[in-house]
Amino acid sequence: MRELRREHMLNALLAAALFAVPLWAYLVDEPFLITLATRVAILAMAGVGLNLALGLGGMVSFGHAVYFGLGGYCAGVLAHHAFNATPVLMGLDGTNQMLVIWLVAMALSGLLAAMIGALSLRTSGIFFIMITLAFAQMFFYFALSWPAYGGEDGLPIYVRNVFPGLNTMRPWNMFVIAFVMLMLVLALFAMIRASRFGAALMAIRQNADRVAAVGISPFGVKLAGFVISGMITGLAGAMMADLTRFVSPSMMAWQMSGELIVIIILGGTGRLFGPVVGAAILVGFEVIFGGLTEHWKFWLGLVLLSVVLFARGGFIGLLAGKERHG
Amino acid sequence: MADPVLELSHLDKAFGALKATDDVSLTLMPGEIHALIGPNGAGKTTLMGQISGRLPPDSGTIRFRGQDITRLSVAQRARMGLGRSFQISSLIPEYSARRNVMLALQARQGHAYRFVMPVRHDRRLTEPAIEILTRVGLEGRASVPSAELSHGERRLLEIAVALALRPACFLLDEPMAGMGTEGVGRLVTFLKDLKQEAPILLVEHDMDAVFRLADRITVLVYGRVIASGNVDEVRNDPEVRRAYLGDEVSA
Repeated sequence: MRELRREHMLNALLAAALFAVPLWAYLVDEPFLITLATRVAILAMAGVGLNLALGLGGMVSFGHAVYFGLGGYCAGVLAHHAFNATPVLMGLDGTNQMLVIWLVAMALSGLLAAMIGALSLRTSGIFFIMITLAFAQMFFYFALSWPAYGGEDGLPIYVRNVFPGLNTMRPWNMFVIAFVMLMLVLALFAMIRASRFGAALMAIRQNADRVAAVGISPFGVKLAGFVISGMITGLAGAMMADLTRFVSPSMMAWQMSGELIVIIILGGTGRLFGPVVGAAILVGFEVIFGGLTEHWKFWLGLVLLSVVLFARGGFIGLLAGKERHG
Repeated sequence: MADPVLELSHLDKAFGALKATDDVSLTLMPGEIHALIGPNGAGKTTLMGQISGRLPPDSGTIRFRGQDITRLSVAQRARMGLGRSFQISSLIPEYSARRNVMLALQARQGHAYRFVMPVRHDRRLTEPAIEILTRVGLEGRASVPSAELSHGERRLLEIAVALALRPACFLLDEPMAGMGTEGVGRLVTFLKDLKQEAPILLVEHDMDAVFRLADRITVLVYGRVIASGNVDEVRNDPEVRRAYLGDEVSA
């Protein structure tokens, strides 16, 4: 019980820090730092999506970048057509409304996750990892070779998509949108984890045979979890494209899938704020050490290695103790 | 005579040239404990796998409460009321004893796809869970993760989880395995009571416990049923003595 309260306090502290740093940057007019915090928030959101599949359900998807990229392309393609006033397909117009784009990104990501999940969740272990990777690479090469939306060069978003009542071109506004969405997604994650569905999903990770023996089909529960996971990561992808005002096939590359896994392992697999810590470490390393050396990923690798060897619960586990389900 | 709760007819299962189940037929009647015994490698585990749904038989049928369940999945059979315990304790290791039972209760109530209400304070789960843990004598260990329970306690928790399903038939795979004499004694008394609730198909190595508990015994050797009957019939069957009990007595 004490550990539980300690984790709550740590989570509150992390949320406050993620808000306070860009707030300070806003007050002293450091837009670069605000954008950095926005990046952390959006990457964390993508991580929360994967954390649902990997952390709760034990589904080690090495292809979550495909949802991230698909979300990104939703934002890019819809904005591209809205900008050029051309229909997307069959008379459907593009849009520059973020809210609409998010819905489309979530719907398509969910659909894709349902298809990939239905085919790959029959397998487990290394086969599951490889199949999810293969599907993601398939879409990566498709995006690479499809010239209509820039192909290899990617697709710029000239003007950031709009949000009702807020000028999204202002870094602070964009940060607030990302921060609020991250908090909502975290609340959703916490709610699912505490629910009957979450109880079944986490039990399947630990012992699927037992769950089947009490009468819950593991496949259906895993598939539902995988779809929700893909939708969240897709939403994050749409927001990331808007933040960088650019979408390219690299969002779908296996390196991106790997980064999402690294984020979760660094922060603490299955922990609510694990992806937030993981994303902050990743972006922090990139900025601090990326300026000093080209080989900053080597140092990140060392950190990852020590977490895997000495702190299996990630940084949240290190600071808040082992997770208890009660 | 009442209809059997569980009825296996002419089940066959081969792994390559090895016939692990060879034309096995047996019934489980309401109110009885039917013990399935046999030396190691007799095919008991394979047979249990086919009844629970983990292994498909090559031929033959399994009927449960009058329905053909031969092609149903493990989860479908469990939902119909087939409550099983595992030979090697198979629980949710990070979940406490209470949450292991709650998971079974949640499955029986049929709500795996509820996303909103937290389970921790769901009294439709927590209250019956404590009741069931009290029945098997584990109420004092309710909040302990099952991985941290003792071997004997895990065996009891296996039974508690099966109880939570309120099954129409219990499938108990070596519930006494690795338990001390005292634990076995308590479990024998408990199972004698339990059969009033639902009949039990019991696979067990502890011969003493089997003879004290079973209403009927079926002996399996090399996948075949070599004898079936009440305790005395099986004890005095010359083929059984030669193939199985003889080894035990001399050992």
